[in-house]
Amino acid sequence: MDTAHEYEKIEKSAKIKKVIGDSITYILLALWGFIVLFPFYWMVLTSFKSYASYNGEYIPKFYVSNPTFQNYVSAFTTVSLGRYLLNTALFTVITTVVMLIVTTFAAYAFARLQFKGKNIVFVLFLALMMIPNELVVITNFVTITNLDMRNSFPGLILPSVASVFYIYLLKENFEAIPDNLYYAAKVDGTSDFKYLFKVMVPIARPTIVTIVILKVIECWNSYVWPRLITDDPRFYLVSNGIQEIRENGFGRENIPAMMAAVVVISLPLIVLFLVFRRTVMSGVSRGGTKG
Amino acid sequence: MESTVKSNLKAWLYLLPALLFLGAFMVYPLIDVFIYSFEEGYNSASQTSFGTGIYNYSYVLHDPYFLQALKNTLILVAITVPVSTILSLLISLGLNRISKLKELFQTIYFLPYVTNTLAVGLVFMILFKKTAYTDGMINFLITAFGGKSVDFIEGPYWAKMMVLCIYTVWIVMPFKVLVLTSSLASVNPIYYSAARVDGTSNTRIFFRITLPMISPMIFYLVITGFIGAFKAYSDAVALFGTNLNVAEMNTIVGYVYDMLYGDSGGYPSYASAAAIILFSIVLTITVINLLVRNRGVVKG
Repeated sequence: MDTAHEYEKIEKSAKIKKVIGDSITYILLALWGFIVLFPFYWMVLTSFKSYASYNGEYIPKFYVSNPTFQNYVSAFTTVSLGRYLLNTALFTVITTVVMLIVTTFAAYAFARLQFKGKNIVFVLFLALMMIPNELVVITNFVTITNLDMRNSFPGLILPSVASVFYIYLLKENFEAIPDNLYYAAKVDGTSDFKYLFKVMVPIARPTIVTIVILKVIECWNSYVWPRLITDDPRFYLVSNGIQEIRENGFGRENIPAMMAAVVVISLPLIVLFLVFRRTVMSGVSRGGTKG
Repeated sequence: MESTVKSNLKAWLYLLPALLFLGAFMVYPLIDVFIYSFEEGYNSASQTSFGTGIYNYSYVLHDPYFLQALKNTLILVAITVPVSTILSLLISLGLNRISKLKELFQTIYFLPYVTNTLAVGLVFMILFKKTAYTDGMINFLITAFGGKSVDFIEGPYWAKMMVLCIYTVWIVMPFKVLVLTSSLASVNPIYYSAARVDGTSNTRIFFRITLPMISPMIFYLVITGFIGAFKAYSDAVALFGTNLNVAEMNTIVGYVYDMLYGDSGGYPSYASAAAIILFSIVLTITVINLLVRNRGVVKG
């Protein structure tokens, strides 16, 4: 009787402990969620405040009394946000497509084809992974300037189409595909080219999707190279556009309009992420850090 | 014989695009940057130099702007790497405890990863900035709790550094939380069950089982965190604008770009020397980390 009572007591206290622990966990997790979300909330909120009401609030308000779309209109009319978005979309699509072609061919050569010097070339490739972009950007800047490709799409795109890391990732994936498939295809007289695109690429689709996602995020957010290579606003990408807006955009410190531009710039990737949530998250955890 | 030649040729053809691009935009620049860094008095207009030597390095190392940038970068690294690693570990442990709402939290926590650093940096700027019209959101909170308001964007050095650290941590957290959560979830539950049966305390379980099991991932995050923080630049631009030298908030990478381009630009030799100094620092830290890690593994 007594031991049963004791047991119940212990179980009860363990339960209470767990409930308290869980509550604290939820509170702390919610707190971090709040810290993450607050800047997003603030930018959306501010983007709907009118210029006058924003500047009239000495103590910032957490709600909008008279929401206005005027800021979104000025973001597209006063500054060329539309052009920046178009440039960035174009830059992202072309860079990703060209990068994918270059990567697929190189990965195929390393994974499937036999040739003299393969190992040494691959080791040299791997060594290149250690080289930070900051080290090569100086000469690339000079090269592109000498080629007269500043303020042009080729100048923006060319230096970022070859990525050693993505070639490596895809090569590993290609190598996991059984050899038998290849020999069977060879017996049937299938060319390497056809085999690559009819068999290997479809099988490696998850990895290719990962690479595309990482590259799209990288392109959409790229700032340093476009800043070096463009000083003509007609070729600005969104990052440079937002910097331009910040420094001499709306002619005055129009923070609500600035925030409207920030919302427009942030939205495409956030929507993309929410739609392909699982793919993006597993891709990023496979693919490395930001930048 | 002919067929091997042919297949060799074919393989090289497949590799050709990658080799061309990497050669032109990675291998050649890599060699070139060392040449630049040793050419003294290089003039980009006439493409001539006085001679070779280590003057560029000595110039950079004595340049107050570089020393400021170095100091800023070191402070940034020393604060953000430990803070973000510990914070992400705590959050991942929390996420691993719960099942309800876990996905929702994970989704929210990941959001900063997919945002544009420059764009969201502006939001942080207006949250912290003090203007003629308003003290800003953060200062409103500080004064509400009885503190004194500070201009975090154009005010004292420590305040500016604090915003930069906060923003950097906010930006780097998603990746760390993501990989640590999956790493924690992959620890075999049999270890925990065994420990429970033995009546091991939670603290002991954490230090004796969880931490050793995920330590390779933590090492990985610390190394990539170090490298990332040493290369900080666009977060600073987002908060303080492009003229970072005036704001006293420049970073090493920022110094490299300023030497190359912009109002203070046109000195590729100084930029190269600074970039190589940065690369040596990052390389040294990576090697030390790897050595420590290997020793730890052998011991453990």
